[in-house]
Amino acid sequence: MATKSGRTIAHVKERSLKDLLLRWESLLVLIFIAVNIMNASFSPYYLDAYNLFTSINGFLVKGMIALPMAYILLLGDIDLSVGGNVCLSATVLGIVYNATNNIWLGIAACLATGILCGALNGLILTKFTELAPMIVTLATNILFRGLSERILGDGSTGGMQSIDWFSKLYYGRVGPVPYMFIVFCVMAVVFGLVMHKTVFGRQMYAIGENKRAAAYAGIKVEKIRMFVFTLTGFICGFAAVFYCACLGSVKSNVAEGFDLEAISMCVLGGISTAGGKGTFLGAIIAIFIIGLLRYGLGLINLSGQTIRIVIGALLIAVVLFPTIRDLIKNRKAKK
Amino acid sequence: MDQPILELRGITKIFPGVKALDQVQFDLRPGEIHALMGENGAGKSTFIKVIMGVHQAEEGEMLLNGKPVHFKNTREAQKAGIAAIYQHVTSYPHLTVAENIFTGHLKVRFGIVQWKAMYEEADRLLQELSADFDSHALMGNLSVAQQQMVEIAKALSLNAKIIIMDEPTAALTKRESEELYRIALKLRDEGVAIIFISHRFEDMYALASRVTVFRDAHYIGTYDVDGITNADLIKAMVGREINELFPKPEVEIGEEILRVENLCRTGYFKDVSFAVNKGEIVGLTGLVGARRTEVVQTIFGAEKLTSGKIYLEGKEVKIKCPSDAMKLGIGLLPENRQIEGLILDWGIGQNITLTELKKYVRGLFINEKLEHITSKDLAEQVDTKAVSIFDKASSLSGGNQQKVVVAKALGSDFKVLILDEPTKGVDVGAKAAIYEIMGELAKEGYAIIMISSEMPEILGMSDRIIVMCEGRVTGELSREEATQEKILELAMAKHIAAAEERKVQTGEE
Repeated sequence: MATKSGRTIAHVKERSLKDLLLRWESLLVLIFIAVNIMNASFSPYYLDAYNLFTSINGFLVKGMIALPMAYILLLGDIDLSVGGNVCLSATVLGIVYNATNNIWLGIAACLATGILCGALNGLILTKFTELAPMIVTLATNILFRGLSERILGDGSTGGMQSIDWFSKLYYGRVGPVPYMFIVFCVMAVVFGLVMHKTVFGRQMYAIGENKRAAAYAGIKVEKIRMFVFTLTGFICGFAAVFYCACLGSVKSNVAEGFDLEAISMCVLGGISTAGGKGTFLGAIIAIFIIGLLRYGLGLINLSGQTIRIVIGALLIAVVLFPTIRDLIKNRKAKK
Repeated sequence: MDQPILELRGITKIFPGVKALDQVQFDLRPGEIHALMGENGAGKSTFIKVIMGVHQAEEGEMLLNGKPVHFKNTREAQKAGIAAIYQHVTSYPHLTVAENIFTGHLKVRFGIVQWKAMYEEADRLLQELSADFDSHALMGNLSVAQQQMVEIAKALSLNAKIIIMDEPTAALTKRESEELYRIALKLRDEGVAIIFISHRFEDMYALASRVTVFRDAHYIGTYDVDGITNADLIKAMVGREINELFPKPEVEIGEEILRVENLCRTGYFKDVSFAVNKGEIVGLTGLVGARRTEVVQTIFGAEKLTSGKIYLEGKEVKIKCPSDAMKLGIGLLPENRQIEGLILDWGIGQNITLTELKKYVRGLFINEKLEHITSKDLAEQVDTKAVSIFDKASSLSGGNQQKVVVAKALGSDFKVLILDEPTKGVDVGAKAAIYEIMGELAKEGYAIIMISSEMPEILGMSDRIIVMCEGRVTGELSREEATQEKILELAMAKHIAAAEERKVQTGEE
C-alpha cells in the first residue's frame, strides 16, 4: 500500500529451551516417568515387555475413546454418552451375532449403532444450539444404557470369543506387541496429524476459541460439530468391537465410567474443557499416565475405590497446577 | 430563576486515547424536563455515567442543590436521590416485578426479607404509574415499555428526585412512547426533575422545556425548546469543521457488482434496496437503531433473510451462511472485531490465514512455512504494528487489530468488501492509515460498502451515501450533493415527520 513505514514483521518463531521445558507436555513426561519408576519399584516383573503390553492393552479401549473425545473438548463441547454408546454397541454386536451366527453382520451392526448414537447427539446439539452438551449427552448416556438393559435384561450375550480371529483382536500379538496396540498407534497418529496439520484441525481450534469469529471466517461450525459427534460415535462402536473380543460376555453394565475416564485423560493431557486449547501429544501421554497409574496401584493390591481416590486427587492437583503457577507468578510480579 | 437542583461545570472525562467529554456543562432546574441531544458518540452516555458515579471525571465539579458532591459509585448517586434508566433495560427476567424493583435495597427486618411489604409497596408504585400489570408478574414476560415502567418504579422506590432517562424511546412504539410521555409529565408535575436523552425531535417537543446539545465531546449550547427551529438544532448537532484529511483517490467507477432488492428481515428492516459498483465506496449511515449492521449481516448470511433478492454481477444468488457469501466473493469486516473479527488468543498470522486455509494446503497438510510467509506479507501490506506474526491479536491496539482484520480479508479473493464501522475505537493515526487502505482497495477494483456513524468519514470517503432510519432507506445522496445537514435530516426523517405532525396537532388544539 501507498505509505509504508517499511516495518517488517518476523515470521519465524524463536524457540528456546526454556519454552520447551515450560510446556505442559514436559510436565506430563515427568509424571509419566515417575509413574513408571513407581510401578517398576512395586513389581520386578513390571518392565517385562509381555507384562507391560498386557497392562497397556487393559486401558486401550478407553484410550481409543479418548482420541475423539479430545476433538469434542477442543470444540468446547463434551460427550458424557460414550460409555452408554460402547455398552449399547457391544450389546448389538452380541445380539446380532447370536441371531445370525454371522460375526461380520454383528460387527457391521455394532459400528452402525455407534454411528447412530453419535449422530443423535450431534443432531440434537446442532439443531438446538441453545442446549448444553453436558445435559444432552448425560441424557443420551442413560438412554443408550437403558436400551441395552431393555435388550439384555439381567442376562448377557456373548459367544463371539469362540471365533478364534475375533478374540485375537484383543488377545493376539506380534511378538510381545498386541494387535490392538498397533491399531491404537495408527489411530493416534492419524488423529494427531488431523488435529495439528490439517485445515479441519485448525478450524476445530477456531471454533473452540470463538464460535462467532469462526462462523464469520466462513467455517461451517455446526457441520463440523455434527461430524465430530458422529465420529465419536463411530469410534465408540469401533472400540466396542475390541471390547467384545476382550470380554467374552456383554452385560448392560459394561463400559461404565468410560466417559469420565476418557475426559479425565484429555483434561490431564492439557485439553481445556473450555475449548480451543491443548495438544494431541499431551492427551496421548495422559492416556498412558492414567492407564499405567491405575495398573500400578492395582499391583500393590489397592482396591478399586482407593485407586479412584488417588486418580481423582491427581487430576485435581494437575488441573490446578497452571492456576497455582500463575498465582505465584503474579505474586512475584507484585513484589 | 430557580437555583438549579443539579449543576455540572467543566466536566472532562478522558478514556485511553480519547477525550469523551471536554469541559462540558449542564444544569437542571427543579421540576424540569431537560432534553440532552447529540449525534452518536457526542458523549451523552458518558456524561450520564459521570453523573451516576460509574465513571469518575478527570476535571470539573458537580453541585447538588448548590453543594459540591462526588459519587464514587452508583449506590452513592442513588442515595443522593439520582436514578438512571438506561437504554438497554438491565433487569432480571426470571424474577418478579417487585423483586426487580427492590434489587439492591430489599426491605429487611431482623435479617428477614419483608416480602409482603415489598409487594404492597411495588403495587402502590405501579398503580401510581397506572401500570397494567402487577408486582407479581415475571419481568421477562413484560414488554420493553412495561419493563421501563418497572425501572421507573424502581427509581421512585429509591425516592429519586432526579431521574435520568437514556434513550428510553429507542425501542418503543409510538403508542408506548406516548405512555412514557404521560408518566414523565406526571413525575415532573410531582416535582421530579428529569434529564431526557434522545435523538428524536418528537420526544423533545413533547416533553422538554429546554434542550442542551453536545457535539464531539463538547458542550454546544442550551436552548429553550420553543425558541429554536429544527434546522438550527440540526446545525448545532452537526456543525463541525471537517478538517481531517481523507485520502480518497479518484477512481473510475465500473460495472455493478452487488445489488440488493427489497431486503426484509422481520422486526429489523424492510424494503432495503441499493447497489454498489466496482471501485466505488458506498457509505451506509444512520443513527443508532437504523439497522445498518443488521442489513449487512443479512447480506453476509450471518442472519436470516425474510424476503428480498441479492444479485452479484447481475445474477441472483442465494446466501444461507457466511461461507456462501465468502465463496461468492463477499467479505464482511464486522463492527465487533474483538468478538466476530478476530480470535484474540491467536497470533495475528493464524488470524489472517483462517478464512483461506485451503490455499496453504500442500498434499494433505497445511504448509506452515507458506502460511507464515503469506500472512507476514499481508500483515506488512496493511502496515500492522507488530513484532512478529506470532504476536497475539489481543496485544495489538484497536487500529492495528482492524488492520489485521483487513489483511484477513485481503487474503481472500473478494469482490465486495463490507466494512462495518472500520474506524470505531481506532486512534487518529491509525484511522488515516485505514482510510488510505480503503482508497487503495477501491483503486484495485473492490466494491466497498462502508457503514459508519461518523459524519466526516462518510462525507470524506464515500462516492455515494445511503441513509437509513429505523430499518428503512430514507435517501441516497451523491458525493457532490451530500452535506452534514442533509444526511442528518434523512437519518432523522421519520422522527422529524412525526414531530411535525405533532406540532400541527398541538397547533390545532
